[in-house]
Amino acid sequence: MLKTPIYMDNHATTRTDPRVLVSMLPYFTEKFGNAASRNHSFGWEAEEGVGRAREQIAALIGGKAKEIIFTSGATESDNLAIKGVLEFYKDKGNHIITSVTEHKAILDSCRTLERAGKATVTYLPVDQYGMVSPDDVRNAITDKTVLISIMWANNEIGTIHPIAEIGRVAKEKGIVFHSDAVQAVGHIPVDVEKNGVDLLSLTAHKLYGPKGCGALWVRSKGPRVRITPIIDGGGHERGMRSGTLNVTGIVGFGAAAEIAAKEMNDEAERLREMRNKLQAGLFERLDEVYLNGHPTERLPGNLNLSFAYVEGESLLMGINDVAVSSGSACTSATLEPSYVIRALGTNEELAHSSIRFGIGRFNTDEEVDYVTERVTKEVRRLREMSPLYEMAKEGIDLKSVSWKA
Amino acid sequence: MSYSKKVLDHYNNPRNVGSFAKDEANVGTGVVGAPECGDVMKLQLKISDSGVIEDAKFKTFGCGSAIASSSYVTELVKGKHIAEAMAIKNTVIVQELNLPPVKIHCSVLAEDAIKAAITDWKKRKGDEAEPSSADKVGQA
Repeated sequence: MLKTPIYMDNHATTRTDPRVLVSMLPYFTEKFGNAASRNHSFGWEAEEGVGRAREQIAALIGGKAKEIIFTSGATESDNLAIKGVLEFYKDKGNHIITSVTEHKAILDSCRTLERAGKATVTYLPVDQYGMVSPDDVRNAITDKTVLISIMWANNEIGTIHPIAEIGRVAKEKGIVFHSDAVQAVGHIPVDVEKNGVDLLSLTAHKLYGPKGCGALWVRSKGPRVRITPIIDGGGHERGMRSGTLNVTGIVGFGAAAEIAAKEMNDEAERLREMRNKLQAGLFERLDEVYLNGHPTERLPGNLNLSFAYVEGESLLMGINDVAVSSGSACTSATLEPSYVIRALGTNEELAHSSIRFGIGRFNTDEEVDYVTERVTKEVRRLREMSPLYEMAKEGIDLKSVSWKA
Repeated sequence: MSYSKKVLDHYNNPRNVGSFAKDEANVGTGVVGAPECGDVMKLQLKISDSGVIEDAKFKTFGCGSAIASSSYVTELVKGKHIAEAMAIKNTVIVQELNLPPVKIHCSVLAEDAIKAAITDWKKRKGDEAEPSSADKVGQA
């Protein structure tokens, strides 16, 4: 039986896997100790749970357990990576290379440093598929460059960047390389060694773990990467992030990582099939649908489409029993359409018409069929109501019209 | 964001969607907004020689509140004299539909659409002696 509403917004967050929840429960009620309490069994039990989680998470990304620094989430991890590296290496230089489609946690951290006069930042463009070019990274490097930060996969369009190639450029030039891998970890293979990454941001709630728990992996050898903390206090996490550990969250994060390590390959295959079916179904039924993102180098569960002549928020309103998201201005807090889709250089109005489907572990084929029909019906209805669709059908080139906004 | 009942009603059951036939007489067309801003409203008013709005139709590309604002406006102006319609302020639309502050621009656009349609009708009436070249909607 199909149950509505249907959740298909798994890039925003994921449902906590029931197996993850079960692993967490004892840490609320019985093993509730502070992991930093060194002299009683309550502390030891909590520390044991945290230690296991470190192992589980490190195993998923090919790092060492002691290199995991727990944080409150990926926004904090990104802030710590950017600000921590810039502060620590300030005698070496102050130049950051990043890209225009990064998450706001990266972009705004960079802007803050720029405004404070602590950094100069190069924001690399992306190609029409949203991909950064390793050559652009290489050409942007100056003798002041101390950090390269390029996300592993984009949260809106799912494009997977050429991380290994960028990693090689960074190694060659001896520059610290950070990657926000929030959307990638647990969904596609992420190996920090093979890809030459030095710092990696991750978070539990994008891989079926709880919210409020993230990590920054910091390379300890070859080379050892140093960061200055942004939160001071009791010196937890080897002095890099003070604050009592969120033991329940961390235990859940670990359990989620272990499940992902075991099931990721099969799951990716299954999600890719569902995604491709949804994509094919919508392209078959509707004309003038455009894919945003890379046709092949894309997260398995990601589908970002623009339905020309239909505004995204109105479409979301029409498919109100399906939870997806839109790059439309009307759905953003800033009232600006998606900067990621605009960076692709396609029509500005296609950003307003974009819908992001994020298929995840708990979606079913039946749901994909339902969403296909629901979206088709609503796009058709809204196009009947759209003056732009009418004009396009009459053969008027919308670009030739001088609009009075 | 949650929508008011009235916005939902207009969105789900929009009034007077459509376009008048191209050759229909006494029709004024207003197209306001721009695709890259995410809002385009086309409002058409059929106006008698004495200046009374007899019928109205709309098509809108935009969010639910933009669709609701234009739908409501088609109901609001019917039967009104153009002088009255020209005096309609966006605040009437905001109040009727309970639009939140971020959606006020939708009501402004709807007010502009009324003015643009009436202006177009007046222009066409004045131009009647000569063949009209202003058929392409949206052209400034």
